[in-house]
Amino acid sequence: MAKKTNDNKYVVSVKDLTKKFGSFTAVNSISFDVTKGEIFGFLGANGAGKTTAIKMLTGLSKPSSGTAIVAGYDVIKNPEKVKYKIGYMSQKFSLYDDLKVFENIRLYAGIYGIPSKEIKSKINNLIDELGMENMRNKLVGDLPLGWKQKLAFAVAMVHDPPVVFLDEPTSGVDPITRRQFWEMIYKASEKGITVFITTHYLDEAEYCTRASIMVDGVIKALDTPTKLKENLGVKSMQEVFVKLARG
Amino acid sequence: MKAFWAFIKKEYYHIIRDPRSLLILIGMPIIQVILFGFAITNEIVDAKISILDKSKDQITQEISNKILSSKYFLLSEYLESAEQIEGSFRKGKIKLALVFEEKFAEKFNRKERPSIQIITDATDPNTAATLTNYINKILLDYQNEISISTIAPKGIEVITRMEYNPQLKGVYLFVPGTIVIILMLISAMMTSISIAREKEKGTMEVLLVSPLKPFMIIAGKVIPYIALSLINALTILLLGVFVFGLPIRGDYFLLLFEITLFIITSLSLGIFISTLVKTQQEALLISLMGLMLPTIILSGFIYPIESMPRILQYISHVIPAKWFLIMIRNIMIKGVEISYILKETLILLGMTLVLMILSIKKFKIRLE
Amino acid sequence: MSNIFVNIDNISKSYGDIQALKDISFSVDEGELFGLIGPDGAGKTTLIRILITMLLPTTGSATINGLDVVKDFKKLRHLIGYMPGTFSLYEDLTVEENLKFFATIFNAKIKDNYHLIKDIYQQIEPFKDRRAGNLSGGMKQKLALSCALIHKPDILFLDEPTTGIDAVSRVELWDMLKKLKEQNLTIIVSTPYMDEAELCDKVAFMQKGEVMEINTPQQIVEDYDIPIYAVKGDNFYNLLLSLRRMKITRTAFPFGESIHLTTYEELNENELNKIISEFSNQRTETKRIKANIEDCFMAKMLKNK
Repeated sequence: MAKKTNDNKYVVSVKDLTKKFGSFTAVNSISFDVTKGEIFGFLGANGAGKTTAIKMLTGLSKPSSGTAIVAGYDVIKNPEKVKYKIGYMSQKFSLYDDLKVFENIRLYAGIYGIPSKEIKSKINNLIDELGMENMRNKLVGDLPLGWKQKLAFAVAMVHDPPVVFLDEPTSGVDPITRRQFWEMIYKASEKGITVFITTHYLDEAEYCTRASIMVDGVIKALDTPTKLKENLGVKSMQEVFVKLARG
Repeated sequence: MKAFWAFIKKEYYHIIRDPRSLLILIGMPIIQVILFGFAITNEIVDAKISILDKSKDQITQEISNKILSSKYFLLSEYLESAEQIEGSFRKGKIKLALVFEEKFAEKFNRKERPSIQIITDATDPNTAATLTNYINKILLDYQNEISISTIAPKGIEVITRMEYNPQLKGVYLFVPGTIVIILMLISAMMTSISIAREKEKGTMEVLLVSPLKPFMIIAGKVIPYIALSLINALTILLLGVFVFGLPIRGDYFLLLFEITLFIITSLSLGIFISTLVKTQQEALLISLMGLMLPTIILSGFIYPIESMPRILQYISHVIPAKWFLIMIRNIMIKGVEISYILKETLILLGMTLVLMILSIKKFKIRLE
Repeated sequence: MSNIFVNIDNISKSYGDIQALKDISFSVDEGELFGLIGPDGAGKTTLIRILITMLLPTTGSATINGLDVVKDFKKLRHLIGYMPGTFSLYEDLTVEENLKFFATIFNAKIKDNYHLIKDIYQQIEPFKDRRAGNLSGGMKQKLALSCALIHKPDILFLDEPTTGIDAVSRVELWDMLKKLKEQNLTIIVSTPYMDEAELCDKVAFMQKGEVMEINTPQQIVEDYDIPIYAVKGDNFYNLLLSLRRMKITRTAFPFGESIHLTTYEELNENELNKIISEFSNQRTETKRIKANIEDCFMAKMLKNK
């Protein structure tokens, strides 16, 4: 039996997490904790190790050493349990373009083990909440990008996970939809869902409760946006990022 | 011209730096020939037989010994009565039963044409036919020997002779067949995939924006594959000659010429396919379904075209491999000259020309 | 006086029922750094592909340096440098082999045009024997840019060069573009990042196949005539929801650490702050601000709806 670790304070708890590929250390002993309802910005340059770290936290990749507890389960001992407890949405793949809106929701609800009795009401609620009634029977491939991304986010949370991982969810989205998307994130956070997000739009880093900046496999800074800016004496997260990532 | 060389060099790097494909490209022909040669060969050895000898005289003894001493047959048992034959087959022990009629030697000496009954297990008709042929051949040899040694008048004139392929040696079938499959695979499939890959990765767009002429793009992609295909064809031929003892009776240059022609036909097919598709997956699918299957089934490599339904016979006319197989078998086995296979050569040339023109017409100088 | 280098005249492009570009006209001057700004699906890539002779417009015409993009495509292909949105070099070729290949197919010699790419290529030259597929995102981009420039084009097209690239590499790329501009190269670049508009000489705001606005970024900001305020508060989300419910509010959108509030009429910032603070029941801070380019884009979007 998989034991649930009794530490309710942190939804994500990472200690000395390391991943090596041969002689190359992609993630070098990172440690941090994320609390319930937090919007945690996970920033870093291309190739800094973000993707590798997220893969470990979502149970897709086995850490070389260190520990990570996500949603109460150890990612090394119970990666399959972790996968049930998290939501995941990436910019590249989330929904099936050749399935209709409600079919996509039904599919994911099924995948995450929602009882078939509840699925129907789940679909209706979700479509209602998104204001997509008139798009219910449309193929996802025919939706504008903004709607697709909103739907993908909602689908990622169809099983009410305590934590959801968003990998560059707003890439290429228009500025208004981008903000609507963030409002969905706030709403989720208000409900107590922890949001773990990566983005290249650094104004979005300002919306995070706390943000970490990863450089060359280590976390170079981790704090609230306000503190990060204060510490470096700069005005925006953009400057914080450029300063830290350039080293 | 320099741009052209740069292109060929680039293509060469693509091939050489993808160890997995390279292994397939170089290794597959060898593996195929060896597989066909040893495993799927049409030659049957050590087939078990039973003999019911109702005569038990010197001649039946001699014939039996002759059959059993060949590498093709092994004795399972001597039977005592006709009732036992079925049981012998049922047990699955034997592939063939021989029955000598009574007073065999007497009849033979009186030139009354005694009969030997050959009973085969036709659950596998190919094997049955082959074994029957072996027996016929041995009987024929025996007759000849006797007629020479005793200077007796010829007993029976046997007409069955396997022209050019007396022992039905599989090597004549599978070497040309393997060449066809490999050349189709490399020339048609690999070029169509490699062009589709440029489309998929977006590099085709960059090439198109450059002043490179479409013809140069195609030729540059194709030439390395011509070289590769030739190397493979030669490898297969050499294996056929040195490992399986395939004699090449015809002119080597003619053979090489026809092989090159077929390579170019296949390449134009590959290019044509690539103009129809956008992704590597599509290219692979069309090449496999549209080329490989018809080639294997309808070219006459495995199934004789003459025994196909009329409609399939007509379809087989548009399969380039059919014509190539006719030519290559004629050259290797009969040693014919170009004039004898002129028709087939011209058909292939015509197909190539049509495909090339179609491809150039379909090749887009822009995106969709 | 500047010369018109690119002229686009009533260009439309349809794919079946879908209209990707709707009647687009504008011109780009010689030596200008011109930005096509808009989200995915705005038609940026389609427009660029028409200009680089890769697509035919359904109606309308365009010229580059007087050459028609349809009729004179062969001549034009010598003048154009193009960097597509996805990395389109050969990943199994080394850095140097890629550069050589692209130089040769354009009949150019690296030696002759090295000065053009020197600043960029020098940064990746230490890795010239590395396969392009093994480069980091930033380095790939530098190589792609070098390859697009090696034949000394008169005009350079970059399709979303900064999408998916981290902030540091983005800053570097724009630095490179600025330097290239000094060599009198005309550059047309597309991007979904609004803040990058400010780095262009002139921009076209694009949305759903239409151009909503064409001007210098300075002028666009200057022309913004809606009262706009930056509001900060202790509870960000709560504040946002409160602002949305207020009658004076036209729009309220998060903008970094504050919320940009537009109102129907000009208000004194102190008075406004008081109203907001009372309404949202928290400590707030309100400042009248100048709109940035993203505010302008959003205003245009809402107007067009």
